[in-house]
Amino acid sequence: MQTKSITFKILDIISVLLLATAVYLALVYAPEELQMGQVQRVFYFHVATAWTALLGFVAAGVAGIVYLVTKDSKWDIVEVSAVEISLVFFFITIVLGSIWARPIWNTWWTWDPRLTTAAVTELIYIAYFMLREGIEDPDRRARFGAVYTVVGSFSAPITFFAIRLFRTIHPVVIGAGDPSALGTFDMTSKMLVAFMFALFTFSVIFVDLFWNRIRMGNLASKVEQLKLSIM
Amino acid sequence: MFILDTPPDTSAYMVAGYVIFFILMILYLISLFIRTRNLNQELTILESMKVQSPSEIERPVAINPPQSAGRDLKRKTAKAKVGRSNRVKKKVIKKK
Repeated sequence: MQTKSITFKILDIISVLLLATAVYLALVYAPEELQMGQVQRVFYFHVATAWTALLGFVAAGVAGIVYLVTKDSKWDIVEVSAVEISLVFFFITIVLGSIWARPIWNTWWTWDPRLTTAAVTELIYIAYFMLREGIEDPDRRARFGAVYTVVGSFSAPITFFAIRLFRTIHPVVIGAGDPSALGTFDMTSKMLVAFMFALFTFSVIFVDLFWNRIRMGNLASKVEQLKLSIM
Repeated sequence: MFILDTPPDTSAYMVAGYVIFFILMILYLISLFIRTRNLNQELTILESMKVQSPSEIERPVAINPPQSAGRDLKRKTAKAKVGRSNRVKKKVIKKK
């Protein structure tokens, strides 16, 4: 049985404390937005989860390249871990975005370029796990998975730049965007503090979860090897 | 966009957003915990299997039948052959 190291436990505690502070900043510290009301507070976690998820998808692609070069199975574990956590974070992003859209756009969902590319990205990585489940040979599974994540990781920058490249109703809060986009707002200094803190918090949470997931991946690999040695 | 005097009441959506966020995060954490626990249990079982009786696991199961069984089988086959030939002889006599 594996036990957690002290550093690991400290990181767990820090993550929980940071999350509590981020919730406080988003719900209490940041002022209410005048056009959209309270629902705008969803923005802090919506953007933070999206940012970390997209970075995670790119990181998985990089891990895939390293695996293809080195053929070291630890990079396969890193790749799967990054994709899994990013998938969860990106799902949260889509759900929060949909909840934000309902009162502002008067619809839960629309086939806007950003929303469409986000949905496609999510589906690409769901299919990644389906592909892995379908291959029994571990080496083949890792090789196919690596190639898939390398190709799939292109969807992350496409999703990120979709609102900057195409005409869309999705607001661009940071940087220039379409002024006619619904939901655009200027951040006050307090909003900016809450936003930056949320970005930092979710980056730490991502690292913590990533570490946990890699540990679980190593455990799974150990179990698989033991099974093979016994059989 | 129109400038509103008072912001619209969208607090229900905000609450829904944060509740769903926490539910999804907790579900994922539970899934991580359960999977890790199951793997740890599996690892403990496999390690104990390997340590306790590696000879039992590696030793092939005896599938050869005892020598007496072979002798009995030969005896039975011989008896059956004798019985069959006797029946054939009787039939031939009857026909004659």
